[in-house]
Amino acid sequence: MALDKPYTDIPGTTIFDAEQSRRGYHLNQFCMSLMKAENRARFKANERAYLDAWPMSEEQKQAVLDRDLNRCIALGGNIYFLAKIGATDGKSFQQMAGSMTGLSEEEYRDMMVKGGRSVEGNRRIGEKR
Amino acid sequence: MAHVGASVYTSHVPAIGAALDLGKTGEPYWQKVFGGYEFSKQWIKRHTPDVIFLVYNDHATAFSLEIIPTFAIGTAAEFAVADEGWGPRPVPKVIGHPELASHIAQSVIQDDFDLTIVNKMDVDHGLTVPLSLMFGQPEAWPCRIIPFAVNVVQYPPPSGRRCYQLGRAIRKAIEAYDEDLEVQVWGTGGMSHQLQGPRAGLINKEFDNAFLDRLIADPAGLARLPHIDYVREAGSEGIELVMWLIARGAMSDAPPSVVHRFYHVPASNTAVGHLILENR
Repeated sequence: MALDKPYTDIPGTTIFDAEQSRRGYHLNQFCMSLMKAENRARFKANERAYLDAWPMSEEQKQAVLDRDLNRCIALGGNIYFLAKIGATDGKSFQQMAGSMTGLSEEEYRDMMVKGGRSVEGNRRIGEKR
Repeated sequence: MAHVGASVYTSHVPAIGAALDLGKTGEPYWQKVFGGYEFSKQWIKRHTPDVIFLVYNDHATAFSLEIIPTFAIGTAAEFAVADEGWGPRPVPKVIGHPELASHIAQSVIQDDFDLTIVNKMDVDHGLTVPLSLMFGQPEAWPCRIIPFAVNVVQYPPPSGRRCYQLGRAIRKAIEAYDEDLEVQVWGTGGMSHQLQGPRAGLINKEFDNAFLDRLIADPAGLARLPHIDYVREAGSEGIELVMWLIARGAMSDAPPSVVHRFYHVPASNTAVGHLILENR
């Protein structure tokens, strides 16, 4: 029997479940390696070469090179792991989260100061506001 | 005998730690956050416990995808402050309480809660930001701390019901410890927030305030809230709130005194919630 996944109808949201975790294992473990200062320096010196040392898919490597966090998440990345890339780039969590929303950094920050994104219309795909 | 006198609940946003460490606490944006903890800093001076049992989640710091324990209790003598990619926070190392931690581990495992026992673990902002919010910037933390890490990174985290029941087992274990220790149990994380995908930035004030109300008055009922309701209503990372139920379960069955309650949006991507409950 298939697992119950009641969370697949939430818009703009990927739940990092066992299936995503399996898909993204090497991508996330690569991110984990950036916890060490010497690895951050090696990655920054030659990103492609550093990525090629990991058994990641080409799609995953390209998503990292493009800093396309939505793509990284679709390919099994988890935001707490992907945050290590942001840290390596000197980005804050707010900059990283904002980059996935289609808003500019300033627009995203303003949205948060005004109380954040409303849940109304964002509970289910196709829901009317 | 040891006993639980109070519980503290707070969000643990990394940007709060960064604001403290970089001396930004006086900025208007941050003053609205730190202002909510002024009372708490005075309160904790009068109520400094011997030990804090601190429930938090590791953010892919001590635990990668190699090992994902659902519940991990830190039984070491001390815990180093982790480098999460920005360098370690400039805060004191964490001094544990191996004797009490081991006692709790043995007790709750015999009560059917299968903890993972961890003797070496760096602790991240999930643990250190709550300490900074309550104690400010001391040379050394003023008490012993038992880190208790809950998996909320890979779905599913433990259920709210399981967390609440575990809290009750932890209380029983603490109350059976022979030494006369004052213990607080802290629950951290939340409140509503989502850090990923096009829905990032989600905040739900109604959900959060109802959660606070029910945590105080109806924790057993709140513990039955299914995961999907947290994710849908409070964001994919809002599910961290199940950890608050561990601390709540560690309180007496009698209604607690609400010593302090605070709620503010935002700190970075997150709704900040904070409660102090005392046993009567």
